[in-house]
Amino acid sequence: MKRIRVFGLLVLLLLAFVFPLLISDPGYDSIAIYTLLYAAAVTGWNLFSGYSGYISLGYASFTGIGAYTLALICEHWQIPGGYIPFLLLPVAGLVAGIFAIPMGWVALRTRRVTFVVVTIAMMFVLQALAFNLSGFTSGSSGVIFPLTIWSGDFYNIPYYYVSLVLLLVAFIVSWWIRNSKYGLGLLAIRDDEDRALGLGVRTWVFKLSAFVISAFLGGMAGAMFAYYGGSIFPATAFDPVVNLSVALMGFLGGVGTLIGPIVGAFLLEPFQQYLTIQYGSLSLNLIILGSLLLLIILVLPGGIVPALHRIWLKRVAMRGAISPVSSHDMEQEEVVLLESGGGEKE
Amino acid sequence: MALIFDALLSGLLTGGIYALMASGLTLIFGVLGIVNVAQGILVILGAYLSYALYQYLHIDIFLGLLITMPAMFVLGLGIEWAFIRRLKQDQSRIMLSVLVMFAVALIIEGTLNLIFTPDLVTLHATYIDASWPIGGFYLPYVYVFAFILSVVLLTGLYFLVYRTQFGYSLRASMQNRTAAELIGIDVRRVSAITFAIGVALTAAGGMAYGATNLFNAASSYDLISRLLVIIVLGGLGSLSGALFASLGMLVISDLTTALWGSQWASTVFFVLLVVLLVFRPQGLFGQLEGRKQ
Amino acid sequence: MSVLLEAQNVSKAYGGIQALDTCSVTVERGSITGLIGPNGSGKTTLFNVITGYESVDAGDIRFEGAAITNQPPDKVFQLGIGRTFQLTRIFPRLTVMENMHVAVQRKGTRSLLSRWSSSHEQRQALELLDFVGISELKDMPAGNLSYGQKKLLEFAFVLIAEPQVILLDEPAGGINPTMINYLADRIRMLNQRGVTFLVVEHNMEFVMGLCQKVMVMHRGTRIAEGTAAEVRANPVVLEAYLGD
Repeated sequence: MKRIRVFGLLVLLLLAFVFPLLISDPGYDSIAIYTLLYAAAVTGWNLFSGYSGYISLGYASFTGIGAYTLALICEHWQIPGGYIPFLLLPVAGLVAGIFAIPMGWVALRTRRVTFVVVTIAMMFVLQALAFNLSGFTSGSSGVIFPLTIWSGDFYNIPYYYVSLVLLLVAFIVSWWIRNSKYGLGLLAIRDDEDRALGLGVRTWVFKLSAFVISAFLGGMAGAMFAYYGGSIFPATAFDPVVNLSVALMGFLGGVGTLIGPIVGAFLLEPFQQYLTIQYGSLSLNLIILGSLLLLIILVLPGGIVPALHRIWLKRVAMRGAISPVSSHDMEQEEVVLLESGGGEKE
Repeated sequence: MALIFDALLSGLLTGGIYALMASGLTLIFGVLGIVNVAQGILVILGAYLSYALYQYLHIDIFLGLLITMPAMFVLGLGIEWAFIRRLKQDQSRIMLSVLVMFAVALIIEGTLNLIFTPDLVTLHATYIDASWPIGGFYLPYVYVFAFILSVVLLTGLYFLVYRTQFGYSLRASMQNRTAAELIGIDVRRVSAITFAIGVALTAAGGMAYGATNLFNAASSYDLISRLLVIIVLGGLGSLSGALFASLGMLVISDLTTALWGSQWASTVFFVLLVVLLVFRPQGLFGQLEGRKQ
Repeated sequence: MSVLLEAQNVSKAYGGIQALDTCSVTVERGSITGLIGPNGSGKTTLFNVITGYESVDAGDIRFEGAAITNQPPDKVFQLGIGRTFQLTRIFPRLTVMENMHVAVQRKGTRSLLSRWSSSHEQRQALELLDFVGISELKDMPAGNLSYGQKKLLEFAFVLIAEPQVILLDEPAGGINPTMINYLADRIRMLNQRGVTFLVVEHNMEFVMGLCQKVMVMHRGTRIAEGTAAEVRANPVVLEAYLGD
């Protein structure tokens, strides 16, 4: 299974690298860029919400902070368009991460259900601040990014590759964490936080740090979204629909898995873009999206990746590759033990 | 000074309306363990239903409640049966419920947009468009009538929850689902009816909201955000908490508008939530998550 | 024998109920000490207070002479006090092997970022899983285990950090006699290697056969102590069980 997965990912990576060179239609490139950015964002979201189990519906807080950070830096320091803003992405992420410290400090003291609401609330506070602190953020007039130096066919290319790099960075961070002791601690927190605490896991530090790392990635993704779009406004930077889209993609692909976020984004974002282009009107869009969502949640509540994993396991088991306990390897006592233990079902 | 008094009064009156909507939401959480994020759009649906009844059938908005409330009660039963009942009672239930209800909300929002367009509308009734001169300003009759409606319904709800057999079953299910089942309470039935009551209340809340505001389908986002803050502030599952939090939050919100302008009205909701949670993570009337053992 | 763990005049109230009332309890190093008492006598509360899950209103908890009162659970564990729960708590979505590695053994940030299981730790975990007899289940999600197997797992992953004392909350509850004896054997073996145990139990045979000293709690305080036989015959103890 592992070898197939790695091979599959490498193939995907290769395809991703050559994609813009093969497809010259800028419309498709644009969809691809948004898809890659969402994949990066959802990976960042999943890193905290998926691994620790504290579901946040306020991720737009961090994408928005990142967006505004990049926009305001470019404006105040007269940064020219082109490649330089790309170099400032980590700064955008850093600022988002710094904001995440006090935000997480307050939000993580609450129960998981309350936490969801607090994350939503915080996003709206930030949105209002963006609107009202107009001396600093230009309020509802928004901020325009510096004009790019690329044109025509080449326009999308730099954005595409930077987005791809961003996704790779997010993925590597997520992968590293998942296979580390830190990640195991987070997963334990998800299953039984108090129990983990009683085994020496410093749950508070783990949660807050994961929250901040997640915000860092979100800040970078948000900055890219905005830079590509060319401008930001309070309502677009701190958009409740983004909160929901990110969570949706995470759940679709499989919360807490490694590639679930990417699967979710790759499936949902092109679909959303298609709906917008095809049907234009917001209403039909919503109905179709909602219906699809309902269908998926009711049929595959765990998400796509775990469902596929289950199917795979079933196929392997049916082929007899996994056999139940082989008794001749064990002590007599242990045979009795397991048989009697097996009778004590909860 | 008159401005402050005005804000206090309108805050209390609209607070009553919000209490109606928030009560349903908090009860649903208490009994079913889910956060009904579709509550906002259901309120708007209620508002549009009252609107349609008036526009096309010329039925008075208050009388129309005799139609919309039962209709939405049935809708609530339907939603609970079709979607919520299917969710397993496990760890992921709350999050899945949020997603399911969000999906339902999207569908309703899209449908409403399609039928009624995004144009802003409001509810009318000739006898309530008049205003009452009080202490230097004019208080529209509609606020008072809507408030009276809220009081009547909330009193009815209180009676139902605290003085009837059903209410007893409801409170038992809230406190301990398993124990309630063991003493013979049909928790599934209680859950379905509670959900339906919560939705029926949004019909009334919707009418009151629609009569006092301009609205369209997109108004649901601000509405649900406020409602969620209210029930968290009041303590999830607490009816008195929902009441006090609604009144308090709306008064503060209106005071803020009077003193600093309407752009901060919703913000103050969220800021207060954050501040309160720093000192009291369980809300006003909620309970700290107890130790499992 | 020296005192390893003790509670001195600990009191704890919940609302109107006095769960612990100037309770004093001592556990000698290297012993298997039993803690019995009717339901509601405060045994689990005492455990919670010792392990930092609850705070005390008054009194002290001492470990190796040093006060550890009101320390948080993660610190208490790292000091060398492990604990199991009455209703077994494991991590259902993690595999048995992963469950074994949650407990903190290595300290420091560098270790956090390294892979969750080094080969040394793998070996140690496998040894322990073997010791409790569930090593073939190592890749199974822990949630799929039977109740008895979960109990063994919880026991094992507490052991992995090599604690000096383990608090067992009703280890014999809900499992069959064969398993109970198996568990008692494991406890004895570990005790011979130097691990101290404080065991809360209702199963009198289990306690009698295993514990050198038994303490009895009633209404939040200790009312008697002695060997299992002494305690059994003590009229005060009988009164407590029957009187309620």
